[in-house]
This record gives sequence, C-alpha cells and structure tokens, in this order.
Amino acid sequence: MSLSIIKPGLLDTLQDLGRIGYGSWGINPGGAMDRYAAQVANLLVGNCGEEAVMEIHFPGPQILFEQNTLIAITGANFSATVNDEQIPRWQPVVVRRNTVLQFSSLVEGARCYLSVHGGYCGEKWLNSYSTNLKAGVGGWHGQPLRKGDELPFKENTIYFAGLLKDESNFEALPWRVNTEKIYRWPHEIGFIPGREWEGLSPASQENFIQNNFLIHPSSDRMGYQLKGSPMVMDRPVELLSSAVSFGTVQLLPDGQLIVLMADHQTTGGYPRIAHVISAHLPKLAQLRPCDAIQFKRVDATAAETLLTAQQKELHILQRACMDHLNELVC
Amino acid sequence: MDKPFAIFPLGDCAITLDLGHLIDEQLNRKALCIQEWLKAHAFPGLQDIIVAYSSVSIFYDPEIVRRQRDCPGGVYDYVKALLEEAWIATGVLDGPAASGALIRIPVCYGGREGPDLEELSRVKNITKEDIIQLHCSIIYRVYMIGFLPGFPYLGKVDVRLEAERKSRPVPVRAGGVGIAGNQTGIYPVNSPGGWQIIGRTPIKLFERAALPPIRFAIGDRVQFYPISQEEFRSLCP
Repeated sequence: MSLSIIKPGLLDTLQDLGRIGYGSWGINPGGAMDRYAAQVANLLVGNCGEEAVMEIHFPGPQILFEQNTLIAITGANFSATVNDEQIPRWQPVVVRRNTVLQFSSLVEGARCYLSVHGGYCGEKWLNSYSTNLKAGVGGWHGQPLRKGDELPFKENTIYFAGLLKDESNFEALPWRVNTEKIYRWPHEIGFIPGREWEGLSPASQENFIQNNFLIHPSSDRMGYQLKGSPMVMDRPVELLSSAVSFGTVQLLPDGQLIVLMADHQTTGGYPRIAHVISAHLPKLAQLRPCDAIQFKRVDATAAETLLTAQQKELHILQRACMDHLNELVC
Repeated sequence: MDKPFAIFPLGDCAITLDLGHLIDEQLNRKALCIQEWLKAHAFPGLQDIIVAYSSVSIFYDPEIVRRQRDCPGGVYDYVKALLEEAWIATGVLDGPAASGALIRIPVCYGGREGPDLEELSRVKNITKEDIIQLHCSIIYRVYMIGFLPGFPYLGKVDVRLEAERKSRPVPVRAGGVGIAGNQTGIYPVNSPGGWQIIGRTPIKLFERAALPPIRFAIGDRVQFYPISQEEFRSLCP
C-alpha cells in the first residue's frame, strides 16, 4: 500500500501531534499547525489521533493512489478532486487505485490534512513522525515531500474494494464531522494575558483588545507576524530567555507582535504579552496572510474548559467513527 | 509573606515558576533541583519540563490531568500548588556546586568562520587577539538549552565582550560561536540568528541518531580554545 507524489505542492510534510517532552534539549514539538483537523482526519479513517498525516499548503500536490485507499481530507478547502471530480472534506472517502488527487483552487483556510487508513510509514524520531525541517529529521527523511516520493502505509485492515461502485473513481462514506463549533467566528481569537501584559502601556492594552491585527505575508509555521499600530511597554524590560509555547504572543523591539506557531523555538526573550487559548489555535492555524485577527480576552478557567470539551468531543468522535467503519465492513 | 518567586500561566497548557530573573548559578541550580523533584513526582498529563536561566516551566495536557486528578479549582491551580510544593521541598541550596563535566571546545576564530570578529574588535576597541584570549579565559556554565536543538546558553562572558544582538537575524552555519549580551553560545545546526559570530567549532553538537542527540546538559562547564584554519579543516568530519 502506498501513494506517490506526481508533483509536489508548496510545502507538504508529514506531521502528527508534536514531539512532546524534549523541550529541555531545545527540541521543539513542531507537529500539525491545526491539531484538531489533523486528529479528525485520522479518526475518520479509523486511525488513532496520533498517526502521521500529510499537511498540505496551497498550491497543493498531485498524488497518485497506487491501491484502493480509504482517505480523509480535513482543514482548509483547496477544492480537492479525484480524477477531476470534487470530493468532500471532513468525510471518509474510498478512492480507487490509479486515481489522482489534486487541489484546484484556494477557497478557504491555510492548510489541509490528508490521512490514509493505517497511517503513513514515516520516520519516527523521538516518538514523533513530525517533520523537523531545521534538524532535518522525522516525517519523510526530515524533508518536505518531493516529486517521485513513494509513501508506504501501515497494514491495511479493511477490504475497501467492495465499497466502490462500478466505474466510480471514489465513494464517500455516509458520515461527516460537524466542525461548526471549532471554526465559527474565524477572526475572533481568544487570549489570556501573558506575564508582561501588565507592563504594557494602558493605550497599548486598549489597542490590543480594540483593534484588528493583520497577518503579515512573511508568516509561516514558526510564527505569525502581525501588523497593527505599534505597542509599547510602560517601562522597558530586559528579559532573560525562558520557555515559550504554541500561541505565545511576543512583543518585538519594533512594537509589532508575533504569535508563535507550531514550529516555534523552545525559549524566547521578548515580552510575552498574551497567549492564544489552545481551543482557538485550530482557527488561527487556518488564517492566511492579510487576514485580520480580533483578540478577545478570555478567562483562564474558561479557556481550560473549552479545551477539555474539545478533547472530550474528539474521544466521542473516535468511538463513533470506529462503530460506523466496523458496521460497514463487517 | 512575600515569596521569593513568581508563578504565572504560559497559556492554558503550561505554567512557569520564575525564581528571580537573574543569570545566577544558585538560582539555576535551584531550578534544576525543582525539575528533578517534579520528575520524581510526575503526574498524569505532565508533558515536558523546561529549565531556563532562573525559571522552570511545566507543560501539561489539562484534559488528562482533570480526568485523573481531583482539581476543584481547575488544572492550573493543581499544577501551581505542585510547583509551590517543589519549591519548598527542594529547600535551600548551600555549599559549593557539584561541578559538572569540563568540556573543551576548539574554535577557529575570525575570518570566514567568525565573520563578526573584525567588527566587534573595532566597536570594542580591543584587538582580535585580546578578544580571543578573553573569550577563552573563562570556564562557562551551561545555564540552559534552548532556541535550537542542543543550543547551549553559556555564561557569563567578560564584561568587556558584552555585545548587542544584531537588529535582524542573518544565516549562521552549524558550529558558529556567538556572543549576545553577557551570554555566549554555539549554533548546533544551520539557522538564522542574531548573535555576533566570532568563530566556529568543528565539533558536532547535534547528532540525530545519538541518544541524547545533543552534546551538553545544564550544569556542564565549557571552555573554548583557539585553533587554526588548518586544524579546523582537519577536525571537520
């Protein structure tokens, strides 16, 4: 079982939920930018949430399926087609052997996730498939996918051919995930104040809450640079480096902000004025350069409750997906 | 009573204990002891502990903690109480530090390998030879590992060598030895960086297949010594 890359996209890498536990070696977690979409992609095809998925940016790749394969595409809408027929997102799809998946236009979102039943056989480094491009390890030889790469899958436990109707290129299975709650109000991003929040001038605090910030084109998997009216600290602070996290909003010396994303470094020394709440990181990961962000202050307990509710729903989804798949193939 | 430390959230999945915001060996040792105590008292959902100069940060999965531990005030309060307990349990550190391994690192200073040495010498009005001598005269402590895989933050440099970071990061090659503020450090992999690069070591600091894949640990002692271009080339793997 495998797929091959006919033509690579802008940046296609294998990712999972991150390389957790090696921060004290300076090794960052990395992993999927939109961890919700990555997990759902896995659950839909009967995998556990921790399997590797392919993270795809636009323009996307052209992919040949060498066998009948159960796949799911979640996250951004890049108009995915199989042999030029549109296929649905957030839904499991059986694709016929020798069909080609491609992405024709950027409709919505910043990155999508392609899972395959069983999961990809990538390189697991320090317990994670996530591609660390800087260190050149993990995922697919520590690199983005290239033309001609053949990605094998793990063992296939389901017989898919019976699910394909004659002549059809693919068959979408009859259940899908409702993601409305996760991605609604896409520009409204919740934050809890950071350690240096109180040191901001009152005008800057006001600015942060009242005004929009635009995502700068130079933003990437390491961080989103924001453009807005410059902010200042009441008194200048000289900070020693200490740990930072996915979603930390730092104030740079020029008064602009950067939100640290999945590939952020483990430590930093700029004022941490805020932290994006984890429940809103999937939304943020789907915003693109020139999109606007409106920050909204959230109580820390509420943030924790939102996140745990999201995770509980994923557990329920996992059971439901397994039940549906078992019913269909038994 | 005013506590000599501060605890604050680092988002909704992490928490930091700050011991005083200083580059100080005692505080750094205290942070290490707290890390050890936390490892020995690990709780379900604990994901990572990062020690920096004078701080300890815990990363956790709130859903797992909430499922397995009684947290009436929320997960943050649970972890915060644990950090306070760790601070008390690790007590007062007295006596001399158990000295870590002394690691000697060869450095080819200046020229192609240390592109910023010339400028630093001009700005500081110190000869290149004196800069090299000053940089090599101190046995540094590894205060933390961060920024890049295996990047050691070493302190403190001689006050005469303290140098500002560049305003914009530039590409730095693996092995680059730099100065920023009163710290010196070594780039283990190629990366953009803002430190003033005065030399380069042929020693590999990051080996992906090794376990651990990095060369230094917090508490190690490091001393640099100068080598020539020819020696540098002969030592390159």
